[in-house]
Amino acid sequence: MKETPLYQAHLRRGGRMVEFAGYALPLQYTSIKEEHLAVRRGAGVFDVSHMGEFFIRGEEALAFLQWVTVNDVGRLRVGRAQYSMLPNEKGGVVDDIYLYRLGEGEYLMVVNAANIAKDWAHLKALAQGFRVELLDRSEATALLALQGPKAEKVLQALTDQDLSQRKKNDVFRAEVAGKEALLARTGYTGEDGFELFLAPEDAEAVFEALLEGGAVPCGLGARDTLRLEAGFPLYGHELTDDTNPLCTPWAWVVKREKAFLGKEAMLNAPCGERLIGLVLETGIPREGYPVLSGEERVGRVTSGGFSPLLEKGIALAYVAEGAEGPFFVEVRGRKVPASLSPLPFVPLK
Amino acid sequence: MDIPKDRFYTKTHEWALPEGDTVLVGITDYAQDALGDVVYVELPEVGRTVEAGEAVAVVESVKTASDIYAPVAGEVVEVNLALEKSPELINQDPYGEGWIFRLRPRDMADLDGLLDASGYQEALEAGA
Repeated sequence: MKETPLYQAHLRRGGRMVEFAGYALPLQYTSIKEEHLAVRRGAGVFDVSHMGEFFIRGEEALAFLQWVTVNDVGRLRVGRAQYSMLPNEKGGVVDDIYLYRLGEGEYLMVVNAANIAKDWAHLKALAQGFRVELLDRSEATALLALQGPKAEKVLQALTDQDLSQRKKNDVFRAEVAGKEALLARTGYTGEDGFELFLAPEDAEAVFEALLEGGAVPCGLGARDTLRLEAGFPLYGHELTDDTNPLCTPWAWVVKREKAFLGKEAMLNAPCGERLIGLVLETGIPREGYPVLSGEERVGRVTSGGFSPLLEKGIALAYVAEGAEGPFFVEVRGRKVPASLSPLPFVPLK
Repeated sequence: MDIPKDRFYTKTHEWALPEGDTVLVGITDYAQDALGDVVYVELPEVGRTVEAGEAVAVVESVKTASDIYAPVAGEVVEVNLALEKSPELINQDPYGEGWIFRLRPRDMADLDGLLDASGYQEALEAGA
C-alpha cells in the first residue's frame, strides 16, 4: 500500500486506516457522523493526496483539452477551474475530472485516484497528434481539502492573500503557514472550501496549521457521506465507461457546440435509464440494492448510505426511463418505501 | 476493550447475559467500535423462534450493515424498542442500555458452549 505524505500524521492523530485506491488513508478519526457535521457546520480537512495531478502545457494545450474533455475549455479563463469529464470513443466516461487553468497554455487536471493509470494511458495516446506536453505529478503532489462554512476563516489566518476576494472555482498561488501552495476554491462536499496543492514535504506543516486553526481532521467515510448528500457523482458508481453523461443530472457539463472525442456516439445513444435521488423512511440503502416500482424491479442503487443531516437513508439510483413511482428499495429482503428527492438531498450553498 | 466477566460471548461478537430463564443479547464493545456510528437497528419480531447462529437482527452503521446472530437456539421474548429512536445506545453503552433482544433459550445448558470473557479476549487477540 502506498502512503501519502501525511501517513504518520494520520496515525498520530488516531486515524483508522484503510486501503483506498492503493493508498493507506484514514476512514475516520473519531466518528464519520461527527466529521460529517463538522464540515457542514464548521470546517474539516481531508487528505486527498491520493488524487492524480496531470499538468498539461504547450502551444496546443487548449486544442488538445477541447478534444479530450466535454466542457468548453475555451470559456476557462486563467485562474479559473471547471468540472468536466473525459469522454471515450463510444460516448461513455473515462473519468470525471477538475480542470484548472494556471496560465496561458498551462493547465492542471485532477483525476480520480483509482483512474490515474487509465486516464494517463488514454490521454497520452490522444496527445500524439497535438503539440502538447503532459506531465504526471501525482506522486509529487500533496493535496488537502479544507471544507465547510468556516473554511475561509481558518485559512485566512494562515495567509496574506485576501480570500474574501476569491470566488468559487478561482485558482491562485499563495503562501499558507509559510509554505508555497496552489489554492483553489473547490471541493467535493457541497460546502464552501479550498483545495491546497502542496509539495509533499510541506503537507504535514500545513495540515497541522489548519487543525490548530480549528479545522477537524476528516476521513474517507465523511468524504463519501458528504458527497452523497450533495448529490455528486462518484466514478465507478454513477459514472462509468458505459455511462452516457447526457443521461445523467450532470449533462450540463457537456457542451454540444464544440467537437470532442465520441461526441456523435454520445448524442446518438439512447438513454434507457435515468438517475434519481431517493429518501427512505426506514433502513439504509446500499450500493446494488434493487429499486422497485410496485413489484417490478426497475433499477438499482448506485450509491447509498445514511445522511447525518436528514438522519435517514438516502440513495442515488438508476431507474428505467419510463419507470414511475411510487418507488421502493429492497433492503435486505424488505420492501421499503422511498420518496423521490431533488438533488442535492440537503440545502447547500 | 471492555469485556465484562458476567456473561458469555460468541466469536461473531455477540454477548449473552443470563437473567432467570432468559438471556439478554447485544454486541460487544469491540463490535460497536469496529462498526462506528450505529444509525439504524432492525429488530426481530417477538415470538420468533431461532436457531443458534441464525441472523436475528441487523445493526447498520454509517459505513456498513452487520447481521446479529442468535448465540443459542430459543424464542425471542422481548426487543429493545429504545433502539428504534436511539440506535446510538449501542455505541454509548453496548453492554447495558444498548442490549438488542431477549431470548428464552431452548436449553440454558447451551450457554456452556459459548466463550467466557477470557476465551473471547483470546479469540480477539487471535483474530487481531
